[in-house]
Amino acid sequence: MAAESMRLDQGGRIDRARTIAFTFNGRNYTGCAGDTLASALLAHGERLTARSFKYHRPRGITGAGQEEPSSFVELLGDHQSGSQPITTVQLRDGLQARSVNCWPSARFDLLALNQLFARMLPAAFYYKTFMWPNWQVYEPHIRRAAGLSFAPDADRVVGTYETRHWHCDVLVVGAGPAGLMAALSAARTGARVLLADDGTEPGGSLLGRKEQIDGRAAIEWVNAAVAELDAMANVTRLSQACAWAYREANLVVVTERAPSTPGIFQRSWRVRALQVVIATGALERPLVFHDNDRPGVMLASAVQTYIHRYAVRPGRRAVLFTNNSSAYEVAADMRSVGIEVAAIVDARAAIPADAAALVPGVEILAAHVVAATDGRRSLTGVHVRARVDGALRRIRCDLLALSGGWNPVVHLFSQSRGTLRFDAGLSAFVADHAQQPCECAGAADGRLDLPACLADGAEKGLDAARRARFTGTAAAAPSASAGPAHGTLALWHVEPAGASDKAFVDLQHDVTVADIHLSLREGYGAVEHVKRYTTAGMGIDQGKTGNINVVGTIAMAQGLPPEGVGTTTFRSPYAPVDFGAMAGARGGPVLLPYRHTPITAWNIAHGAVMVEAGARWRRPGYYPRPGEPLQDAVNRECSAVRENLAVYDGSPLGKFEIRGPDAARLLDLLYTNLFSNLEAGMGRYGIMLSDDGLILDDGVSFKLGVGHYLVSTSTGNAEEVYRHMEHLLQIERPEWKVRITPVTAAWANATVCGPQARAFMATLGTDIDLSNAAFPFMGLRHGQVAGLPARVARVSFTGELSFEINVRARDAIALWERVMAAGAPLGMTPVGSEASHVLRVEKGFLSLGHEVDGTVDPIDLGLGWIVSKQKPDYLGKRALEIRRSSAKPRRELVGLLMEDPARLVIEGAPLTPNGARQASEGFVSASVWSVANRRAVALGLLTNGRRRIGETVYVRMKDEVVRASVTAPCFYDPKGEKLRS
Amino acid sequence: MERYSLWSLARNALTHHQNWQRAWRSPPLKAEYDVIIIGAGGHGLATAHYLARNHGITNVAVLERGWLGGGNIARNTVTIRSNYLRDESIPFYVKSVSLFDDLTRELNFNLMYSKRSMIDIVQTSPKMRDLRRRMLNMHNHGSTYESLSVEEVRQRIPSLTGGGPDSRLPILGGMLHPDAATCRHDAVAWGFARSADDQGVEMHQNTAVTALLRGPDGRISGVETNRGTVRAAKVAVVVSGHTTTITETIGLRLPIKTINLTAFVSEPVKPLIDVIVNCPDIGVYIIQSDRGELIIGGANDLGLSFRRDIKQSVFEDAVVAMLELFPAFKRLKLMRQWGGTLDIAHDASPIVSRTPIGGLYVSAGWWGGFKAVPAGGYTLAHLIAKDEPHPLIEPFSLERFRHLDFVLESGTTTAR
Amino acid sequence: MLLITCPHCGERNESEFIHGGPARMRRPQDPSALSDEAWVDYLTVPSNPLGAVDEKWWHARGCGAWTVLRRDTMTHQFLPRSDDGR
Repeated sequence: MAAESMRLDQGGRIDRARTIAFTFNGRNYTGCAGDTLASALLAHGERLTARSFKYHRPRGITGAGQEEPSSFVELLGDHQSGSQPITTVQLRDGLQARSVNCWPSARFDLLALNQLFARMLPAAFYYKTFMWPNWQVYEPHIRRAAGLSFAPDADRVVGTYETRHWHCDVLVVGAGPAGLMAALSAARTGARVLLADDGTEPGGSLLGRKEQIDGRAAIEWVNAAVAELDAMANVTRLSQACAWAYREANLVVVTERAPSTPGIFQRSWRVRALQVVIATGALERPLVFHDNDRPGVMLASAVQTYIHRYAVRPGRRAVLFTNNSSAYEVAADMRSVGIEVAAIVDARAAIPADAAALVPGVEILAAHVVAATDGRRSLTGVHVRARVDGALRRIRCDLLALSGGWNPVVHLFSQSRGTLRFDAGLSAFVADHAQQPCECAGAADGRLDLPACLADGAEKGLDAARRARFTGTAAAAPSASAGPAHGTLALWHVEPAGASDKAFVDLQHDVTVADIHLSLREGYGAVEHVKRYTTAGMGIDQGKTGNINVVGTIAMAQGLPPEGVGTTTFRSPYAPVDFGAMAGARGGPVLLPYRHTPITAWNIAHGAVMVEAGARWRRPGYYPRPGEPLQDAVNRECSAVRENLAVYDGSPLGKFEIRGPDAARLLDLLYTNLFSNLEAGMGRYGIMLSDDGLILDDGVSFKLGVGHYLVSTSTGNAEEVYRHMEHLLQIERPEWKVRITPVTAAWANATVCGPQARAFMATLGTDIDLSNAAFPFMGLRHGQVAGLPARVARVSFTGELSFEINVRARDAIALWERVMAAGAPLGMTPVGSEASHVLRVEKGFLSLGHEVDGTVDPIDLGLGWIVSKQKPDYLGKRALEIRRSSAKPRRELVGLLMEDPARLVIEGAPLTPNGARQASEGFVSASVWSVANRRAVALGLLTNGRRRIGETVYVRMKDEVVRASVTAPCFYDPKGEKLRS
Repeated sequence: MERYSLWSLARNALTHHQNWQRAWRSPPLKAEYDVIIIGAGGHGLATAHYLARNHGITNVAVLERGWLGGGNIARNTVTIRSNYLRDESIPFYVKSVSLFDDLTRELNFNLMYSKRSMIDIVQTSPKMRDLRRRMLNMHNHGSTYESLSVEEVRQRIPSLTGGGPDSRLPILGGMLHPDAATCRHDAVAWGFARSADDQGVEMHQNTAVTALLRGPDGRISGVETNRGTVRAAKVAVVVSGHTTTITETIGLRLPIKTINLTAFVSEPVKPLIDVIVNCPDIGVYIIQSDRGELIIGGANDLGLSFRRDIKQSVFEDAVVAMLELFPAFKRLKLMRQWGGTLDIAHDASPIVSRTPIGGLYVSAGWWGGFKAVPAGGYTLAHLIAKDEPHPLIEPFSLERFRHLDFVLESGTTTAR
Repeated sequence: MLLITCPHCGERNESEFIHGGPARMRRPQDPSALSDEAWVDYLTVPSNPLGAVDEKWWHARGCGAWTVLRRDTMTHQFLPRSDDGR
């Protein structure tokens, strides 16, 4: 194990007493608790940690946090994850990490051969080649080379993902100086505050700098502020929590990566806040010049963070390259820990005195730039020159700290649809007009010095609380020193020496200034074109450090100000989030709840094969005897219904009680046929149309009394019909006096059917007069059945004599058990949906999922009698007329008998003229084996079908044609004598 | 138009790529053209190409209010297929797929066209019945669908570990559509634009049409833009989303509404899924791009919207649906997500049609319009050139609404 | 996810509602008085503005009331309805 040669003896937020062992690219190392993988490797002097995406150039660590654009790793073993920036991996015992995108290792990568072909691989080269013979010859190789990591194995996740909803008055994003002040101000007014910070500990930028607040180390102020917040009941504080999406209506999504609750792996919060304070800080951007990507080239602020937070010296002899004053503090910090500062290369001609005063004795090269670097696997030196031409001078160094200016992190603000403007002083885009109740504070609002951050946070926090209707005063900002004034010179890239310069603007995707110029030269001139052409900003880091330089480079090339170029759209997530974190516990039956009737348990206990029916109802398909195949079971059930006695559970049918003086008017408007002339105690089959004339639903509805009806709908459409009815009443006819009560689940039923049904009802025991005279077909009667209060309806979906026994849901099991007990000696057979399908096909009864496919109306279906000619109006009446007024031939419901009586065909199979392979003239809607007819029977829709009875038509399947003859669509008891008996 | 090839790439490498030609010009805007196409999206650019290529009509201006190819062509989920239900629809999409098959060669632009196949994962009987009906109808029009057993589905999609017999909605089987393909969507826009430009068509970006103009005879006479008036005897509105915003400037109301559709991508990972995966029963579909990102889409938002934003509930539903069948993806990360506006007609089928205003054509209602780009352009070009619909788009005329002759692809009820 | 103001229940999450489409003219009491063309228009042509639209929401998982609210189709913000009634 290598020694930690670059670790400082003192300082940092790490715990030297707790060493942690880890492996990186197969080698063993140790680090300290509090380290990231990046800081631990730097402590060992490890610099070559990655290979770039396209050219496989050696890369190192550039930043210290989420913004890292160069080094990505995947974790193996128990902590498996896909690729993530090396700077965001917290060191843990047993951590195994591997650089992505290189083989066999980052140190020695075979694909570095790509560099030999670099000239052939400019941006968008693949659009110009790989065409012959076709793309798919090359694709498998490209796919294998692309994709950074392997997909992680989700079974290794220990604990669950949880999601929750949260409401608060003020959401503060970021617990840096501005965020802490905002939270204090808001919380002290009594407002409910949620403070979400992405770091492992609060403090934000203060963790990486040597700042003093109120005369003491800044971290002491942070601890005190946090202690006060944690003691308040109205404050909830989250750590390692990234606010990654800002949606409409002030909904912000926050995901905690490591909640303290045992058993919870990650927790997502859907936060609805009255006000949001965005205190997300600012990110430093790099400078762009030839070979700016070598290991050892880092952001100056990252160097500072490694020194102060992780007690690591990222190099021994440093050069700083800057266009603003913040780098001077970094230089001073470097010297204080023994890093030799060879020179500060400042692009500005005039160096502010307060900046220079921080580094007495250091050579400052004003109006100079770094034009190139040396060192294959690690930086060995830089070449500097005067900005406006000049000879190159080499300075030996192993660390180059870049400070190109600061970008306020306006991502969330932009996601909220707030507009941005370009601030010339900062050379960055800042928040302009908010579109939702939110505000940026501190560095996120372009205030780069500490006193301004503290004051701004305090004020904005109070403003937010006030807008949420709380009162108070702003927290008093503690004292702090401002540091050198910020004056940034715009320097989007150093002027290239030649066309072959490799000045990287997007490190992750190997996009250079030359690539951007190529894109513009070829006419891809909008900023979005450049992004898509070069893929700049489309990597995991989503261009956090690079996008502004892309914009600036375009601006320079086109002679526009940066605001004239604009930015590409800021899209959520701010940083990648696990899919599991969004799903939480939703899944399986939580995602799609089953709907059961009270009989489900009985069905399962008696071997029913359960199927998913419409609207998520779980229904029995058939009840096979042990070893009995499907077709045999269905045949047996059908025989029981036609010849003897059977029962099925019809509870899922939609049921609605309609009451009020205008109830009859409602039914007359809903249905195509007349209902207002129905007698009490009688029902009628009706069809509902949508107003544009499509069949919405069918069902039997009953009149229970004056102004009192029971509407029943199909199982699958109950919700849709309910919506349709309520819409009609509340929006179109609010003056009508009608109330609808859904009673689908309140009533369960057992429907007894078959020739023995009446006799059986008597055996079961009832006080209802069952004679045909007293209780005709379509009647509804109240009374006792099997000792239970019941409504009994004589409706039949099977074509046999039927009694639908409706009882209160709590009595359903008792009813069913009594039916089965009394029916056992008589051969009572429970029947499932498969048999029901056969029985209704034999009768030619409609099924909405089969015959009704959007092209037919009730008249086409042979139900002309149901379309009232008396009623002046009903929903869909005019649409029906308008549709039929066109000359188009109509498809009509017919029966089909295949030439081979045993032949079943696929439901949905088209009928084509002469069986030719062409557009259809109809289709087979249902095809079943009919026990009653001892042959297969089918229903279908056929153009002009009713005029073609007796004709031969052709079912066209993939490789064969089946002949069939057209018949009337009913194969059993066409006069309906059985159900009326 | 300089040819793209390995040879031209190598030759240009020698001069550090300083000499590539512009893919399209930025000419000055003239006062008059023979044809104005409003919208430089997939359909608009394809139409421009085919107007020139098939009909010799080149005095054409494509007017785009933003950046070329910046609409839905820039943000869709690249599923090319022809597995439709109705006799009216299938031939159109079969044509589109066949045009796509040869498009890289025709445009001399690598579209990275990958004939992947699509597999529908079926979890309910009604859906199985619906797909079988499609299968047999498709067969009569030259498109292929084949049944797959559960085992075959799992073999082709190894990462499909959910949907087992004890799960909430066990997989019943699958349907394979070998004709299906994906490609790089930006390349389609750029390829058509480059070809159209080469044939003389002009593309004008940052040119927003503010109103349509009629002459004294009631026919279309041109458009008003932010850069002045431009006259033309034929104008086509091919803008998606904003169709009614433009047509209502001339009092033309259409049976379409604008909705938001979203999608998202994961971090890039090594090859995981080789086919296009569609899960119609739970509402999610997944493709893996050549860069390794999984591209995932779900249902559209309900309600009118021009916002192109994410609705958290709709997004979560898509994620949950995906994890239901691919529980292994829990630990994969979301990298980017976006929305787009599309318009959808009353019967959810497209509209490619003349209008009651002479010389004004509209192509709209594309819900799943990426796969239709070549055929949409091909047929709209025919319509514009001949003022007669190509047989493939006769069912998609505005006229169908006169008698409520809906072409109902999605379900048996109209889109709400 | 919108925050929708139900007249009875106050501000509730969008997940409690079912969207009912844009509001349209009141269904005529006597449809036969309209021409076929006008009726087809009524059935199939919705309001589709870039801007404020009146639309119907059903508080299905709440009090069950249908409400007509005005929303901006670009910003998604709810706007006051100046006119009374539906």
